[in-house]
Amino acid sequence: MIHKTLLSRLGTLCAAAMLSGTAFAVDITGAGATFPYPIYAKWADAYKKATGTGMNYQSIGSGGGIKQIRAKTVQFGASDKPLSAGDLAKDGMMQFPAIMGGVVPVYNLKGVTAGQITLSGAVLADIYLGKIKKWNDPAIAKLSPGAKLPDKAISVVHRSDGSGTTFLFTNYLSKVSPDWKAQIGEGTAVKWPTGVGGKGNEGVANYVGRIAGSIGYVEYAYAKQNKLAYAKMVNHDGGVVAPDQDSFKAAAAGADWAGTPGMAVILTNQPGKASWPISGASFILMHTKQENPAVAKEVLKFFAWSFSNGDQMAAALDYVAMPAPVVKLIESKWKDIKDASGKSVY
Amino acid sequence: MPSQRIVQARWKDVAFENLTRFFALFVFSILLAVLVTLVIGSELTLKKYGLGFLWSAEWDPVQEEFGALVPIYGTLVTSLIAMLIGVPVSFGIALFLTELSPPWLRRPLGTAIELLAAIPSIIYGMWGLFVFVPLFQTYLQPALIDTLGTLPLLGTLFEGPPLGIGMLTAGLILSIMVIPFITAVMRDVFELVPPLLKESAYGLGATTWEVVWRVVLPYTKVGVIGGVMLGLGRALGETMAVTFVIGNAHRLAASLMAPGNSIASALANEFTEAVGDLYYSALIELGLILFLITTVVLALSKLLLMRLARHEGART
Repeated sequence: MIHKTLLSRLGTLCAAAMLSGTAFAVDITGAGATFPYPIYAKWADAYKKATGTGMNYQSIGSGGGIKQIRAKTVQFGASDKPLSAGDLAKDGMMQFPAIMGGVVPVYNLKGVTAGQITLSGAVLADIYLGKIKKWNDPAIAKLSPGAKLPDKAISVVHRSDGSGTTFLFTNYLSKVSPDWKAQIGEGTAVKWPTGVGGKGNEGVANYVGRIAGSIGYVEYAYAKQNKLAYAKMVNHDGGVVAPDQDSFKAAAAGADWAGTPGMAVILTNQPGKASWPISGASFILMHTKQENPAVAKEVLKFFAWSFSNGDQMAAALDYVAMPAPVVKLIESKWKDIKDASGKSVY
Repeated sequence: MPSQRIVQARWKDVAFENLTRFFALFVFSILLAVLVTLVIGSELTLKKYGLGFLWSAEWDPVQEEFGALVPIYGTLVTSLIAMLIGVPVSFGIALFLTELSPPWLRRPLGTAIELLAAIPSIIYGMWGLFVFVPLFQTYLQPALIDTLGTLPLLGTLFEGPPLGIGMLTAGLILSIMVIPFITAVMRDVFELVPPLLKESAYGLGATTWEVVWRVVLPYTKVGVIGGVMLGLGRALGETMAVTFVIGNAHRLAASLMAPGNSIASALANEFTEAVGDLYYSALIELGLILFLITTVVLALSKLLLMRLARHEGART
């Protein structure tokens, strides 16, 4: 009897699932980067309430997202690392930035509160190279007057999994430190010369909270939510900045989106006195020639809606929405997405 | 029509036999298919590095240089620690439950230990990171470093700053995870020992220890070794719990306190964002190596059992 009721219940469930599947004309699917997942999910939820069209996003990682969009199993892919213009052309794809965030150095040092330590890119690179071993190193002390720096070893914490966060961090260190560039380089995962690896932003945040004398890097949202002490940074133009919405936005505003092929701007070490030096955008990938233009149009409608209605939601989750001029540029680029006959879908 | 019934029954027998054979072969073919898939997937690194992949400690996704030594070492060392602690403890528990415990305690205690096996491994990982690591780091680890770390030869194993995470921590968590498996098997086989044998031994004036060592253990060694292998298999392949506490550093370190990496943990960490064909291939080859390690371990245990059996024959 139990089995029978279970079976019939399953049957109803299946029927219901099929019904709800047909109730809406098109549902959009995307896959890729984990970093923007919370905001995409939030937008999708709000969008569904507003329009009835659902968006299903699988946060399987940038590498997986790129593979899936190449195989056309999803309508859009998402990657924290922009593809080069050459790669895009080869696969017949275009990309645009959808959301931004910042990577923040965090530390756990008794008696030193948030913002008391200031680091430059070169000093940060030397710490992660294992060259600067103690917190009271003159290089740190010079940048952070007023902080009571102890004679304590620095424990380096990095990401153990491949991630866009690591890509932005190592990309920045490569730009500011020739040693880093020569010995380590940039990538979603690199050969760390020192330290321990935590899985995910939450893993790094946890290790930093746990290990006295440690330093790590996390997405801004994690630093804020875990109340970790963050370091200020000296940026490209010599300004000392704290990580917040304004300094991330400043980094995006100064970037040359229009002049970079494929909009492949990496927002690290951007000029501008107020720019946070380790910012980054997460990108959406789409095919330029669409076999199913109606669905492609739904995807673009979703992002258009999110760009115009999603700023508050992004700020609430500690992301940074794309500035208005950049959105305008993105929407003009959408003309490149065409159906089989060569007509723009949007 | 009895003859017709017999014909029908025979036909059913044949069908049933073939069906079961099909299932058995099906599992075997899946095993083969996994092996073939792994070999095909790791073609690039197999060609590029050959056997050198096994003893290269390099792991540099940027320069695309890969070697498996660090994760292999980490996998074996953490499993070894788990076995060194897990096997004696499990033996003790099983012994207590079958020989020494008052009968009213057997059921609840046995069930409690079996429940340990039902806890998902991610819970062990989180418990390890949030509860065990801080305690270990503040109390046990400094003590270990100050005492064992100062010994002449053994000391190198216990050197370094007390980070709380590292290969020793991973091994300790693993030992807790394998204990219920080994204990359950050991207890079950200990209970199978005919009371006649034990009572005879007691009757001859043997102590409990002598009964266990001379009667119970020889009688149940196949099952005991099977249980140990079951635990070892779990320790070798454990992923989530290890990832949380091993430190995930691709570096070879003499100290057990230092962060390391295991094969399963490296796969879990790096698969999602492994961009680049060689990187991908290196990870698949790690999977292939883990597959082979478990196969070798299983083969060795069979060999051990066969040798034990031969030994037995020679003595009687």
